Amino acid sequence: MSMATIANAPIAERENYLNKHYGVGSWLFTTDHKRIALLYLISITFFFFIGGFFALLIRLELLTPASDLVQPDTYNKLFTMHGMVMVFFFLIPSIPAVLGNFLVPLMIGAKDLAFPRINLLSWYLYIIGGVMMLHCMLTGGVDTGWTFYAPFSTAFTNTKIVEAGLAIFVVGFSSILTGLNFVVTIHRMRAPGMTWSRLPLCVWALYATSIIQLLGTPVIAITVVLVAAERALHLGIFDPKLGGDPVLFQHLFWFYSHPAVYIMILPSMGVVTEIIACFSRKRIFGYSFVAFSSIAIAVFGFLVWAHHMFVAGISLYAALVFSALSYAVAVPSAVKVFNWTATMYKGSIHYDAPMLFAFGFLGLFTIGGLTGLFLAALGIDVHVTDTYFVVAHFHYIMVGGAVMGYMGGMHFWWPKISGRLYPEAWAKLSALIIFIGFNLTFFPQFVLGYLGMPRRYADYSHMPEFQILNVFSTAGSTVLGIGYLLPMVYFLWSMRYGKPATDNPWNAAGLEWKTTSPPPTFNFDEEPIVTWEAYNYDELDAPHDGAPHKQEVPVAR
Amino acid sequence: MFDNFPLWPDRASTIAGNVDALFIFLIIVSGMMSLLVFSCIIYFAARYRARKGVLAEHIEGSTPLELTWSIIPMFVFAAIFLWGAVVYFQERTPPRDATEVYVVAKQWMWKLEHAEGQREINELHVPVGRDVKLIMTSQDVIHSFFIPAFRLKQDVLPGRYTTLWFRATRPGTYHLFCAEYCGTQHSGMVGSIVVQEPAQYEAWMNTNQNGPLSGTGQQVYAQLGCASCHRSDAPSRGPTLAGVFGSSVRLEDGRTVTADENYIRESILDPGAKIVNGYKPIMPTFQGLVSEEQLNALVAYVKSLSPAKPGEAPAKTASVTEQSNTPAQGSQVE
Repeated sequence: MSMATIANAPIAERENYLNKHYGVGSWLFTTDHKRIALLYLISITFFFFIGGFFALLIRLELLTPASDLVQPDTYNKLFTMHGMVMVFFFLIPSIPAVLGNFLVPLMIGAKDLAFPRINLLSWYLYIIGGVMMLHCMLTGGVDTGWTFYAPFSTAFTNTKIVEAGLAIFVVGFSSILTGLNFVVTIHRMRAPGMTWSRLPLCVWALYATSIIQLLGTPVIAITVVLVAAERALHLGIFDPKLGGDPVLFQHLFWFYSHPAVYIMILPSMGVVTEIIACFSRKRIFGYSFVAFSSIAIAVFGFLVWAHHMFVAGISLYAALVFSALSYAVAVPSAVKVFNWTATMYKGSIHYDAPMLFAFGFLGLFTIGGLTGLFLAALGIDVHVTDTYFVVAHFHYIMVGGAVMGYMGGMHFWWPKISGRLYPEAWAKLSALIIFIGFNLTFFPQFVLGYLGMPRRYADYSHMPEFQILNVFSTAGSTVLGIGYLLPMVYFLWSMRYGKPATDNPWNAAGLEWKTTSPPPTFNFDEEPIVTWEAYNYDELDAPHDGAPHKQEVPVAR
Repeated sequence: MFDNFPLWPDRASTIAGNVDALFIFLIIVSGMMSLLVFSCIIYFAARYRARKGVLAEHIEGSTPLELTWSIIPMFVFAAIFLWGAVVYFQERTPPRDATEVYVVAKQWMWKLEHAEGQREINELHVPVGRDVKLIMTSQDVIHSFFIPAFRLKQDVLPGRYTTLWFRATRPGTYHLFCAEYCGTQHSGMVGSIVVQEPAQYEAWMNTNQNGPLSGTGQQVYAQLGCASCHRSDAPSRGPTLAGVFGSSVRLEDGRTVTADENYIRESILDPGAKIVNGYKPIMPTFQGLVSEEQLNALVAYVKSLSPAKPGEAPAKTASVTEQSNTPAQGSQVE
């Protein structure tokens, strides 16, 4: 590997955020948003593989109708812990806390986030919550489903509800603090000339996300506290035997947990917007419509929670209102898809791995979004809610959409983050494997759901006719697992053996590409002054004489 | 179609066809939308792939286009919403003269009791072509009564009644699932809906050993001494219950409520919640003193006192005031 050692040399000389300080202390007490992003990256990857391991066990159990691999109680704990880990410890922090943390200051030309120490605190809160969740899992776990509906959670199960609830409570504050930090940073720390209308759309999306985190997360915190209080003190908030109302729990829970879906998908939409613009070499079509659709999704997202409850015992008229509002939130999502598509029109489209992930995102998010129209239709929801149709739908959004975007973003900014190029061919292969594996896993579940297979069944030996579709799904999940393991391997490989990245390997617009790869601790050697519009690819690619931005073929291809 | 590889569920209720029609419409609409988007993406990706010397064209955007693709989906969505709402109204509006079956869910079984008194566990016999209304409650956690072949589902909650109605169209045996996660044996909380031709159904019903549910209710009523306050001939310390069910009741605080199953249930378990205008809040609670099955029987009995309901003989007025010493036979099915 002498080539690699030689390749190492120029990188090692330049001072950057990675090599400025060494030692465990320099990481654990860092206030550098980029280092905190990496701390988050390591932590959420750890939880992603735990959650993924649970998913694989779930799929293996469902390979045969009988409950034979694990006991029903174990199965119930598996899907509960899969959901809790993936939602609270992977998806919600994924793009905001890793890519957002890394990119928001760079994209707006700031030295750091507004509150660097609070940023570090938010990671510690995440870790404390994570350790509590791990302890909870290792000492028995929870069997309520990640939705922990009352009164099952408050009066019937004797698993570790309070501990899991407190873990979610703590990690929720980590999410609130990240949101707070982003809102303040985006308002107060934009570089001169970086007006709101020049912000990258990824920043708009993260801004909308942060608002949801700030306003929504306290409600889940209140909810878990009420569950704990009900369990300990028998207050009678949710338990009808004590005069409480179990449907009230569902209102509180979904008031956060529906907007939480937008915490997962909005940042991914932002990332994909950046990728599509770059690899189409074009300004994004309808900038202001894409920007405001993020805000519209965040606002409408707060008004649709009861569409999870159409058969829960809410009134007919409440159901009508929430169904109508759910269609209202579909409009800005559709607008985004149309704008991404239109951006490619008359572009100059490059098929690099991030773009392949973006294509995958478009396909899977579109299917996820369209099946949302089915679920929002009251008459259909009655049949398909709480079946595998719902499971398929939200995985298309939260895994097909959100994780595809996250993977695309990780590949797009990896050269900036690590200073190295990832192996392009392997990355393309991984995008392909994930796309195929994902569809093979989750598409059969739409059919299963319409056939009537309920969610959260450890045992379906009463309906063996569902087996073949489940076999497809399990087969797909192993393919999907390989697709997710691959990037893990080659990203690690590239940190040592990857080709050094130039400052702007994609010749992309955006301030983050105007500093070195990896960036110095304070991001820019001098404060940038922005004099151009966002996505000025026409200027970047224009054949100037003595051009300030030289035309450069992306190195990674 | 394929026994081991079905692609479409059985269709065995009047509502199922309506749900399927909307579902197929949505498959067509979303199929067209995704075809449009995907073919554009694929076409643009191929047609405009990067070539040497060819630069992307700078396009700012287009407000007319943005409005077009916001407003057209809005109309499509509005149409889907309305259609979905119409089907939902059908699903949620039981006909008045439906046959009634009381359902008590518990971890992890379904207990069903026909108004005629026939009892079943994890199995429900219903006739073809007759409206059936389920009045459901749970003894413990939330469950959900789900019949895929009927395209119907309704959560079953502790502490209140929820209802579900259907009219079966095809004889056969269909799955009954619990669709709301309810603990360890959630996936074991399954059963069957047996849809029979009316003649077969009558034959099955004739094996019934129990009297009608309202009769059981009458016994419970007597046992608990309800009649000492709720006389049938005249208002006493409590209002008379004859004709109450289905009527509008004026409350002390000026509100008016319709006396449905939930109202009667609540008045037994939490009498202070809604005081009838002109009466004192003196009734003690019966929470913990009556089982879910006894409650169902009491509700069925109070309903039988309302002559408006056809199909069930209104109870004789005299019997209400009689103090019966017969123990409530078989009111505990557990």
